[in-house]
Amino acid sequence: MKAFLILEDGSIFEGRSFGAVKDVISEIVFNTSMTGYTEVLTDPSYAGQAVVMTYPLVGNYGICREDMESLRPWPDGWIVRENARMPSNFRCEDTLEHFLKIHGIPGICRVDTRALTKLLRSKGTMNGMITTGDHWRLEEVLPKIRAYRVQDAVERVSCEKAYRLPGKGKRVALMDFGAKGNIMRSLQDRGCQVTVYPAHTKAQEILETQPDGIMLSNGPGDPKDCKEMIAEIRRLYDSGIPIFAICLGHQLMALATGGDTHKMKYGHRGGNHPVKDLRTGKVYISAQNHGYVVDMEKVDSRVAQVAFQNVNDGTVEGLRYVERPVFTVQFHPEASPGPHDSAYLFDEFVQMMGGNV
Amino acid sequence: MPKDAGIQKVLVIGSGPIVIGQAAEFDYAGTQACRSLKEEGVCVVLVNSNPATIMTDKDIADKVYMEPLVPEMVREIIQKEKPDSLLPTLGGQAALNLAMELWESGFLAEHHVRLIGTTAETIRKAEDREAFKETMEKIGEPCAPSQIVYTVEEGERFAGQIGYPVVLRPAYTLGGSGGGIAHGPEELREILGNGLRLSRVGQVLVERCIAGWKEIEYEVMRDGNGTCITVCNMENLDPVGIHTGDSIVVAPSQTLGDREHQMLRSAALNIIEELQITGGCNVQFALNPNSLEYCVIEVNPRVSRSSALASKATGYPIAKVSAKIALGYHLDEIQNAITKKTYASFEPMLDYCVVKMPRLPFDKFLSANRILGTQMKATGEVMSICTNFEGALMKAIRSLEQHVDSLLSYDFTSLTREELLEQLAVADDRRIWVIAQALRRGISYEEIHEITKIDPWFIDKIAVLVEMEEKLKNLPLDQELLAEAKRLEFPDNVIGQLTGKSPGQIRQMREEYGILAAYKMVDTCAAEFEASTPYYYSCYDGCNEAVSSRDRKKVLVLGSGPIRIGQGVEFDYCCVHSAWAFSREGYETIMINNNPETVSTDFDIADKLYFEPLTPEDVENVVRLEQPEGAVVQFGGQTAIKLTKALMEMGVPILGTQAEDVDAAEDRELFDQILEQCQIPRPQGRTVYTAEEAKQAARELGYPVLVRPSYVLGGQGMQIAVQEEDVEEFMDIINRIEQEHPVLVDKYVQGKEVEVDAVCDGQDILIPGIMEHIERAGIHSGDSISIYPAQSISEKAEETIWLYTKKLARALHVKGLINIQFIVCQDDVYVIEVNPRSSRTVPYISKVTGLAVVDLAARVILGETIRGMGYTPGLWPESGYIAVKMPVFSFEKLQGADIGLGPEMKSTGEVLGIARNFEDALYKAFLGAGVRLPKHHNMIMTLNDEDKELGKEIGRRFAKLGYRIYATWGTYRALQEAGVPAVRTGKISQESPNIIDLILGHEIDLVIDTPAKGGQHGRDGSLIRRNAIETGVYCITAIDTAKALVESLENAGHRSLSPVNIAG
Repeated sequence: MKAFLILEDGSIFEGRSFGAVKDVISEIVFNTSMTGYTEVLTDPSYAGQAVVMTYPLVGNYGICREDMESLRPWPDGWIVRENARMPSNFRCEDTLEHFLKIHGIPGICRVDTRALTKLLRSKGTMNGMITTGDHWRLEEVLPKIRAYRVQDAVERVSCEKAYRLPGKGKRVALMDFGAKGNIMRSLQDRGCQVTVYPAHTKAQEILETQPDGIMLSNGPGDPKDCKEMIAEIRRLYDSGIPIFAICLGHQLMALATGGDTHKMKYGHRGGNHPVKDLRTGKVYISAQNHGYVVDMEKVDSRVAQVAFQNVNDGTVEGLRYVERPVFTVQFHPEASPGPHDSAYLFDEFVQMMGGNV
Repeated sequence: MPKDAGIQKVLVIGSGPIVIGQAAEFDYAGTQACRSLKEEGVCVVLVNSNPATIMTDKDIADKVYMEPLVPEMVREIIQKEKPDSLLPTLGGQAALNLAMELWESGFLAEHHVRLIGTTAETIRKAEDREAFKETMEKIGEPCAPSQIVYTVEEGERFAGQIGYPVVLRPAYTLGGSGGGIAHGPEELREILGNGLRLSRVGQVLVERCIAGWKEIEYEVMRDGNGTCITVCNMENLDPVGIHTGDSIVVAPSQTLGDREHQMLRSAALNIIEELQITGGCNVQFALNPNSLEYCVIEVNPRVSRSSALASKATGYPIAKVSAKIALGYHLDEIQNAITKKTYASFEPMLDYCVVKMPRLPFDKFLSANRILGTQMKATGEVMSICTNFEGALMKAIRSLEQHVDSLLSYDFTSLTREELLEQLAVADDRRIWVIAQALRRGISYEEIHEITKIDPWFIDKIAVLVEMEEKLKNLPLDQELLAEAKRLEFPDNVIGQLTGKSPGQIRQMREEYGILAAYKMVDTCAAEFEASTPYYYSCYDGCNEAVSSRDRKKVLVLGSGPIRIGQGVEFDYCCVHSAWAFSREGYETIMINNNPETVSTDFDIADKLYFEPLTPEDVENVVRLEQPEGAVVQFGGQTAIKLTKALMEMGVPILGTQAEDVDAAEDRELFDQILEQCQIPRPQGRTVYTAEEAKQAARELGYPVLVRPSYVLGGQGMQIAVQEEDVEEFMDIINRIEQEHPVLVDKYVQGKEVEVDAVCDGQDILIPGIMEHIERAGIHSGDSISIYPAQSISEKAEETIWLYTKKLARALHVKGLINIQFIVCQDDVYVIEVNPRSSRTVPYISKVTGLAVVDLAARVILGETIRGMGYTPGLWPESGYIAVKMPVFSFEKLQGADIGLGPEMKSTGEVLGIARNFEDALYKAFLGAGVRLPKHHNMIMTLNDEDKELGKEIGRRFAKLGYRIYATWGTYRALQEAGVPAVRTGKISQESPNIIDLILGHEIDLVIDTPAKGGQHGRDGSLIRRNAIETGVYCITAIDTAKALVESLENAGHRSLSPVNIAG
């Protein structure tokens, strides 16, 4: 069946429908990872977005459930050049197409994803609509597409109530703004006793449990939409408990401490982004998935110092707070998908909490 | 960190002659690195014995030594040039071994030369099996259970412990020389014995056989600050057990999830961190297809064939970045030359699929064993890029230029199901065609996978292509089907065959439906950043992004495709230099080529690079977009010449010598007319099509005769026939492949063979020099030792050569280059072959004469004249050097191949010996070719009847040098007659100890075995030669070569190895 991707600037890409058959309007973003589509699909940070994979052959090794970063896929839509008709891998449990179908996610394949990516790169992230019918009229759908905005995404992806994961070591309170499974696993692997809290949990509730450390997770959407959470995070900051934050957590901490964020033209999504540790000059290849970034100019060096910087565009990739044991990164040390080069940051967090690695 | 100020003058060691396992990729890496060093203001001293390379040009390095890559020579150069540093990681295993020897002997320390790019400790840890294993154990990276052995007994004991089959890998050898898989004790003894002898340190690794696992490679970089990145990972379609150089390889990996990929990537980074590598490095893994278990197979702490492939596959210039790291730069200080926005400290992301296929030489060596194993056999490779795997595979197939254009090209339809299953178990160069046939026969993926161990994902892709063949055969060809067939890169002629239409009709349909090739850019970053580097590939499922400029005049340069015997790196040299020359003249240059190993496919050589097959259809697609003012075909060897007609049909003017004149040189009757007009004698000959006509012609001319197809390169299919049976046999071989052109039968004239290259502007000619072959006519010029300037040609003959060259060049209206081969008998000169195009000898003659031959030819092509450019027509004055070009062979890699020299070319590469006098030059050439004598002072002679007379004199001279000569009966008697002491030895059929026992006894330095002419090569001779080669004994099959060798040895004692810098 034919399918179309209509962008807010009026461009139309034709392809074939696969996965669920339904119309959807979303924000279209591209990811350059060549492997790890299962992890991308199940990363809650993609809630409210439809993802274009720039690597043309997707689905080659099927779906391996142990690669899932959460219990379900989150993107509104899935755009690829070629969907593998026969996956092959000893771990494979399902095909990509079937996985999309049962989770109600419309896919479109046979799209010139390179042309699409170039468009998103030059014009910036755009909204778009995936539709299978050809009964639409451009002048009718374009206003709807343009009106779309990612909303309340954190609320959608966060857990509903707090739960505790097994562990005997340092007690970590994990704020779930849409946490990827590998954040929990990375902490558990280091012996931590992790309690996961819903995004709307009050600071006081967490502080009462006197955790050894607090972890702020990744998550979807515009950080500035999370006003209440920012206020709570400020309280966590003031408590003096060691805090480690990733991605959205990093942005929220910046906003809570007087910094600012802005939307990037087309963001960083992929597994090849070089971040430089400004203390050692060493560069790490990192996994990234963000459309917003902390403003370099608004970082008050009395509050926080830039610890990591992106080698390509010079943006802020990590902040070390001056007066509190707080360390935050824009990239994803938990990888999944992507390089594990910066996994050592979890060790540093454990050390910040006074633990041994 | 900025550049290390202590590095001012760097010695770069090249990889020497092209052999199987060490080919043009090192010219690419070396050239790129030298340019990268020079751009940092470093003085580059280069040593490389290979004159066909671009890196040995005087504008690539500051000092260029085309000298043998042996320690004593490099020591001389170091003493003369006093470099502060040595960069050993760009010249393959050859350079690495040489650097290690110099370091171990303390010479480098003594002369205050430091190794840059990598330390000796790193090389030792990566290359020495024991040290490597220890290192891997220390960091917890698994290796297959293995043990290093120094004796066969030790090996047997260990194999007994871990169980057969076992893999044997000799330490410090090239392309896996001497390695193999042993399935039992007997095989083990044979392979191990051989491997121990070939290893520089007498070590062989005996290892658990992990054949059948997935083979995955990582190209990684590390800088002095410890920043590590992976440039690319690659998955071999073929499982472990087939050398990666012979495997079909795909980039990036296709069947690995992120978990597997990151596991191996982290392991690769772990390894280079532990080895403290600074620069590029290749790590090979075996991955169990049914678990997450993996083993480290090998680490190469240097640039390699795989790194060349990875550079071309991603656009990331590994050699260039490695050179900058060697100077002290960090990855984040080196700009990404493609995006110019990002830095070298990132990992390329591909948004396409790359397939590499090996170019195997079994069309040249019909008797060679086609089975692929741990010993590399490919002479070259092709790469293709597409948006899907099937398309990339189809493009790679037709890039091979081996009469294959689809999965139907080898016919296995006559095999029964059982035979087909058996054939599946034989991994040879036709394996994917066998799989295709198995699929057509309904054999299941599981069964095919079980036998071949090829991942079902790849089998399914082959099935997609097979299904398309069926659809084309059975369904009406509508727009949708045609578009899908083109998306899978079915060429028009194959679609035509399957649908019963002509290629022209298919093209017309495509034009009507708008199904046209579009070009996408290779930009290192999957379009995430803007890039301006015009490096393109075609696809049929997207929009075009290549913009054709209209403001400059454009010239299309056609490359020479994969490296094969007869068409090597020298044609790439010509293509690159012509692109540079046209560029200097203000033209925009457009390169089409498909060889990932070469300089021509580097993204900054031509103004635009199209990485595409060199077939008429693929070229036409580029032409349609670019609309060039003209095309040059005279620099790209036979590959480019073959496209002439198609280009003319497309309306693209051929620049330089016209197609009809090229035809006239190849067409026997037209050429005879021209010779007659010019009053030039040539050996008599006839044009024939059938065996009957050929025999008739041979009878008329009188035996011996030369039989060969026209329009061939490297004497492919050329043979000397001494009797009717030979003619029959040769015609049969030639006609196995459909011939569009007639077969030539010529009278065979024996004499000195002489060769010239000349530039002609249509009126005047300029001859850089005359080259004389040591071996007399009958041995292919590419396999002959060639001397510049000619040593034994009379002045009168020289005069005649000049005159004939001028007449022929004028008569053929040559504009550009012409190559002519002559036979000289005293003062008589005969023309045997004329090629109105660039030849194999152009790079060599350019360098030894200092004349930029390709540059002059390119300018002539654009309308300048020889006089106008300030040159006096005629023979260019001799340079004052004697240069000896020596062929180098790769016979030890090709089990079963007959090594006897004849009219068909067999060498894979060449070295140069250059000196002020002939003896020194000859000595250097032998040295460069790896001939190091004497060792045991024992030799074997077995000569054909014609050679016995000269053999006596040669025998006498060897005996005088202290050689004990073993000889078979006839040769023994001849030597006895002449009073030359010799020991008689038994033929193979005779009782031990016979001649084979002698060879296997490892105490023979040299075998001189001249096969009888004609097709009736004795089985004995061929066995003797194979055994000699396989046990590493130098083997000569032409009597003239033997004479040159003895001459060189006589002078060896008092030779000085004074190095010659050709860069002035």
